[in-house]
Amino acid sequence: MTESVVTDHTKQETISADQNRVELCEKNPAEDFLRMDRIPHIWCPGCGIGTSVNAFVRALIEAKVDRSKLCVVSGIGCSGRVSGYLNVDAFHTTHGRAIPFATGLKLANPELTVVVYSGDGDLSAIGGNHLVHAARRNIDIKVVCVNNFIYSMTGGQAAPTTPMGTIASTAPYGFCEYALNLPHFVEACGATYIARWTTFHVRQLQKSMQESFAKKGFTFIEVIAPCPTLYGRRNQYRQGVDEMKMFKEVSRREKDIETRDAEIKPGEKIVIGKFVDRERETWLESMQHHYKEVLGDAYYPYTGAMI
Amino acid sequence: MKDSKMATAEKKERQSRGNVNINKDRCKGCGFCVEFCPTHALRFSEDFNALGYHYPVRLEEAACTGCDQCGAFCPDFAIFGYRYKSHT
Ligand SMILES: Cc1ncc(C[n+]2csc(CCOP(=O)(O)OP(=O)(O)O)c2C)c(N)n1
Ligand code: SF4
Ligand code: SF4
Ligand code: SF4
Repeated sequence: MTESVVTDHTKQETISADQNRVELCEKNPAEDFLRMDRIPHIWCPGCGIGTSVNAFVRALIEAKVDRSKLCVVSGIGCSGRVSGYLNVDAFHTTHGRAIPFATGLKLANPELTVVVYSGDGDLSAIGGNHLVHAARRNIDIKVVCVNNFIYSMTGGQAAPTTPMGTIASTAPYGFCEYALNLPHFVEACGATYIARWTTFHVRQLQKSMQESFAKKGFTFIEVIAPCPTLYGRRNQYRQGVDEMKMFKEVSRREKDIETRDAEIKPGEKIVIGKFVDRERETWLESMQHHYKEVLGDAYYPYTGAMI
Repeated sequence: MKDSKMATAEKKERQSRGNVNINKDRCKGCGFCVEFCPTHALRFSEDFNALGYHYPVRLEEAACTGCDQCGAFCPDFAIFGYRYKSHT
């Protein structure tokens, strides 16, 4: 080895006042929440999924989420592998079914914080119907949707989120369909909290995740992420960092922006920010309300199947 | 002469605010940290790590503020910044 890396393992006294951070000097803050025996992970160099996990873990730490009451559910895809790398109760379900699985978890044990962490294809294509109805019912789950514009795991086929005109393995001459505007879609369905960030906006992403943990109801955070291997390389972004630079350049955060303006078109701005933050009764609350009203004292309120 | 001395003192002061920890063998060389470090305190190594990638090294002469921007970006959990206690 010709070079030495500057590390500073010894300066234990040099850390911030926060007790949580004392170890951080020697250990990456993310490590506590990761299954380190599985690291390095399978994601390609420059893949944005890892960056989003970084923000997620930091949000868990900052928001002091009780790990014993946390469940992360993923579907199938590169993004779906997130659950396997987290050192929390995690479930890797079948393709598109993360939301119904999470719905069951949440309703059986309403004390849990249930996070669905999956890809755009998994959540909006094969799992699209579940997304509609979980948002409509306002099931209290926190959805993180990694949008890399493509079905990555299976070879870069066009997805509902592939921007019109871009190249995919199933669209070598450019994709001819309108892309699904995810924030607009879930707003129409009834989500209570909706934000979109790119992996360049890690701090804002982390903050949104923290907000969503504190929010009651169906929350949806879209994370635009680079997939250099199957999207970037076909679309002029040879490396992940090239796509990150593009995010930095074209992302716009405007005041009072509406989700209907958030459609993604290549070469145009990417609208980012928090779009929706509203209150609605969750499904469980509205069920309890309703039966209390209809049945009066005969109704024994359901508070979970766990004893 | 006096100016450059001041500049060095200022740099030292900023440098002493924090530092960066690099786990070189976990790095996949994506360059997020090198590209987006606000103080340009990192560069790529010339040699390769165990996975066969160039990894970031700290530029001794540049000021790392320990802001942890690199840590927030790193998809492979290979780098993070931290602040010294006296400055928090
Ligand atoms: C029922 C079923 N149909 C199809 C597949 C094949 N398949 C695996 S992952 C995937 C797409 C995943 O895309 P996305 O959710 O965007 O995740 P990414 O890989 O892009 O992160 C598909 C179609 C499958 N595993 N199961
Ligand atoms: S194929 Fe794309 S999404 Fe999958 S790990 Fe590689 S870069 Fe990430
Ligand atoms: S901690 Fe901040 S200043 Fe130091 S290397 Fe990382 S990004 Fe640069
Ligand atoms: S961000 Fe992480 S993986 Fe990428 S070059 Fe820096 S240390 Fe390596």
